Amino acid sequence: MDAVYRALVDIVGSDYVSVQPEDLFTYSKDLGTSEPGKPDYVAAPKTTGAVSRILKLANEHKTPVIPLGGGMSLAGLALPLKGGIILDLKRMDRILELNEKGRYVVVEAGASHGKLTSYLHKHAPRLMHSEPGAPPAATIGGNLAIHGQGDLAHPYGFNSDMIAGMEVVLPTGEICRIGSCAMGEKWYTLHPLPDLSLFLGWNGSTGIITKVSLKLYPCKKIREMDIFCVEDENLVPEILYELTHAGMAGDLVAMSSKLPPYSDRLHMISIALSEDSRQEMEFKRQILFDTHLAKYIREGTGGISMAGRDVERPMVSKASDWKKGGGFEYVGAILPVTDYPECYRRGAAISAAHDIPYTVLGRVIGAGHAMMFSWSYAFNRADEQSIAQARKALHETDDLVMELGGTIWKPAVYGQKLLLEKMDANTLQMMKKVKTMLDPNAIMNPGHWEVD
Amino acid sequence: MRISDYQYADIIHRCFRCGYCKFPADWSDVTNCPAYARHRMESWSSGGRLWLIRAWVTGEIEWSPYLAEIVYACTACRNCVEKCPLPIADNIVNMVVAARSEMVERGLLPPAVRDVLTRVQQRGNPFGLPAKKRGEWAEDLRVEKFSGQDYLLYIGADGSYDSRAQQAATALVRLLEKAGVSFGILGKNEADDGNDVAFMGEEGLADYLMEQTIARFRELGVKQVITLSPHALYAFTAQYPRLGGDFQAYHYTQVLSGQLRTGALPTPQSGGLRVTYHDPCFLGRWSNEYKAPRKVLGAIGGLQLAEMERNRKSSLCCGGGSGNCYTDLLGGSEESPARIRIRQAAETGAGILATACPNCLVLLEDAVRAEGLDDKLDVRDICEVFCQASGIPL
Ligand SMILES: Cc1cc2nc3c(=O)[nH]c(=O)nc-3n(C[C@H](O)[C@H](O)[C@H](O)COP(=O)(O)OP(=O)(O)OC[C@H]3O[C@@H](n4cnc5c(N)ncnc54)[C@H](O)[C@@H]3O)c2cc1C
Ligand code: SF4
Ligand code: SF4
Repeated sequence: MDAVYRALVDIVGSDYVSVQPEDLFTYSKDLGTSEPGKPDYVAAPKTTGAVSRILKLANEHKTPVIPLGGGMSLAGLALPLKGGIILDLKRMDRILELNEKGRYVVVEAGASHGKLTSYLHKHAPRLMHSEPGAPPAATIGGNLAIHGQGDLAHPYGFNSDMIAGMEVVLPTGEICRIGSCAMGEKWYTLHPLPDLSLFLGWNGSTGIITKVSLKLYPCKKIREMDIFCVEDENLVPEILYELTHAGMAGDLVAMSSKLPPYSDRLHMISIALSEDSRQEMEFKRQILFDTHLAKYIREGTGGISMAGRDVERPMVSKASDWKKGGGFEYVGAILPVTDYPECYRRGAAISAAHDIPYTVLGRVIGAGHAMMFSWSYAFNRADEQSIAQARKALHETDDLVMELGGTIWKPAVYGQKLLLEKMDANTLQMMKKVKTMLDPNAIMNPGHWEVD
Repeated sequence: MRISDYQYADIIHRCFRCGYCKFPADWSDVTNCPAYARHRMESWSSGGRLWLIRAWVTGEIEWSPYLAEIVYACTACRNCVEKCPLPIADNIVNMVVAARSEMVERGLLPPAVRDVLTRVQQRGNPFGLPAKKRGEWAEDLRVEKFSGQDYLLYIGADGSYDSRAQQAATALVRLLEKAGVSFGILGKNEADDGNDVAFMGEEGLADYLMEQTIARFRELGVKQVITLSPHALYAFTAQYPRLGGDFQAYHYTQVLSGQLRTGALPTPQSGGLRVTYHDPCFLGRWSNEYKAPRKVLGAIGGLQLAEMERNRKSSLCCGGGSGNCYTDLLGGSEESPARIRIRQAAETGAGILATACPNCLVLLEDAVRAEGLDDKLDVRDICEVFCQASGIPL
């Protein structure tokens, strides 16, 4: 066995290192349409110290390191493009501190969103974090490394806006803390120190997030979902403007999908409501429907299609079965709310051209400051042509986002290239400086956010 | 090599590898698949395994001993079936078992699996012990042989041969006697129920064993069977009817809870035992029986049942299902499922970890020793707990 393997065994123990062809195969693929990328090693460290030692080792051997959380990002973001060591971080999954009154929780970055939600439910039922609609195995660190958003996006923004501290391992192996935790053991704030959050949205290409302090928010006793439905997509932005003005929802999502057939061309605006009492809930409903949305109901252009539905964990994975093929991938993009109609029309057209049932979804971020759009394309994993077709639709959608002046979210390599091509030259140079300074041997997830 | 006639070739690609199947019902962690909990590498999870099987079937990867180990390390605990949101859910374990069948057909088995199957083939039990010794455990008990009583008590290989499981079998006999149940056993004439063999993918041998048992039951006029093991229960209720088995089968906790209801079995006092209960997969998730064992425990006066966080449908498998109890493919580590389960049981503060399956009993008892907790936590079968509380000497 080679020196890297032996050193990895020394660091994490033989049970948690593999060069078996089966493991390399498994980690060479993700859920989406990306071409496989084979690692040379897989290692599953348990501690920050182990991560640090592995990064030092990787620098010595100039071996790429690809951090992996849940592997749910769909766009090939944790597939080795140039071989190297996959670091499966899911064993780093402890919940380290809950400060209930201070409203934050400190977790290891490999902890899953499902685990944190469940933990809070049991130990601090009046608090919640912003959980993405991803499968619950998605990790806290992986979601931050791609600027994810969850079910508190409307009131509080991107998930990466909700952190109160981080521990990271720099590509050269140093362990750093960012925020108040850099001065002691209190993990309550990221600000007001000089901003060093150079790890969010970088796909792990500037270092590995190992611990995170996440801000927690009030979780009310009753959590329900209402759905307001319109036929005319042009009405969606103004309805969202009304709803965000009211500021009463937890999560606001507008969605249209071809399947099931009755939903085709309708726009369902789901409004998550939460309160501690029925009385408050009904008050909110009155304000929303009798005041803000009354006009549409009166005109007959909109209506309440569902009220008081229980909020359940989303099962978006079911979209992978639309072609009975175990696959779907989406392009995500951040755009102004006002672009909803165009995003819907153009996205549905791309889907139709590729014979894929369309799903266009937009989640409001902040008080309507932006929307995270997603255009999903189901494919059949057993049919190369179907995969190629979905890939083509994804690329066309990336192009569409650029044409609309949008910003592709968690772009695959194709989308990253489009963004970098369009980016201001000085911004590019700054990205390059950050990357070169932090990662002199360019070992971290090479191929991602690479500026020539 | 492409496996052209793999039974689930038309659906195996529909696993999205989204990992819902790793969780218990309350989503508290990704560690409720015992094989994944042990290894924490994706290949050992349900999704990883299905993708590897598919790759083997399509010829994308070659068979290897490591692949076979991954395929055989699934304990068929059915947690994934409960949690997978896709229509393939009901077939996840079937897809694994079908891959095993392909391996059996080609003689491509992990040595430990091959040895177990050979022993069952040659001696009729996974321990490779002489068939004629199968009834020895009961010799001193003077249990009647089956000759038309209301029930046949089917003990199974573990209760017959494993010294720890024999204690549970003994306790069960005593309890059934106390409850006035009319029953008899087969002794050395009992054959393997075939459940684990079937889950190990050796259909031919499983069918042979099952047919043998059906013929014997028919010959003796068996109409109702009580099983010590939930594995036998599942085979009798779910697999035997396909081969013409036309008898009723019950797990012993179901019969005892009936006897408690009618008052035939007196309720004892425990003097404040704190007990936690481990749901065996083949009683819980496979046979949907969560109440009867709790009723039996609950009938013991003063007993406090302290549930583990992962209970009922979310019970973490001890790691012994589908032959793993004999092959020990998930053993040898602090993260072996039985050891994790012992730590979960210890968290409840219980002094007794009760279960209702001889496989679980044996694995959990080994694990409690490995964890160094044997002075704090006793691993017992429910019938042993009941006997002890009833003052029945064992
Ligand atoms: C059905 C479905 C629905 C989804 N819905 C949403 C949604 O509503 N909101 C949303 O935000 N996302 C969503 N996603 C996308 C994605 O699943 C999530 O963002 C998820 O949280 C990503 O986390 P992960 O652990 O799976 O990351 P991974 O895919 O493992 O990693 C993502 C990237 O981050 C890097 N990385 C991973 N861990 C670290 C770390 N600790 N430090 C540094 N870099 C790291 C990886 O190298 C990779 O480049 C969805 C995905 C699916 C399949
Ligand atoms: S078995 Fe089901 S839940 Fe598990 S990875 Fe496959 S599709 Fe997802
Ligand atoms: S049956 Fe149990 S061991 Fe097998 S894959 Fe499913 S959860 Fe894992």
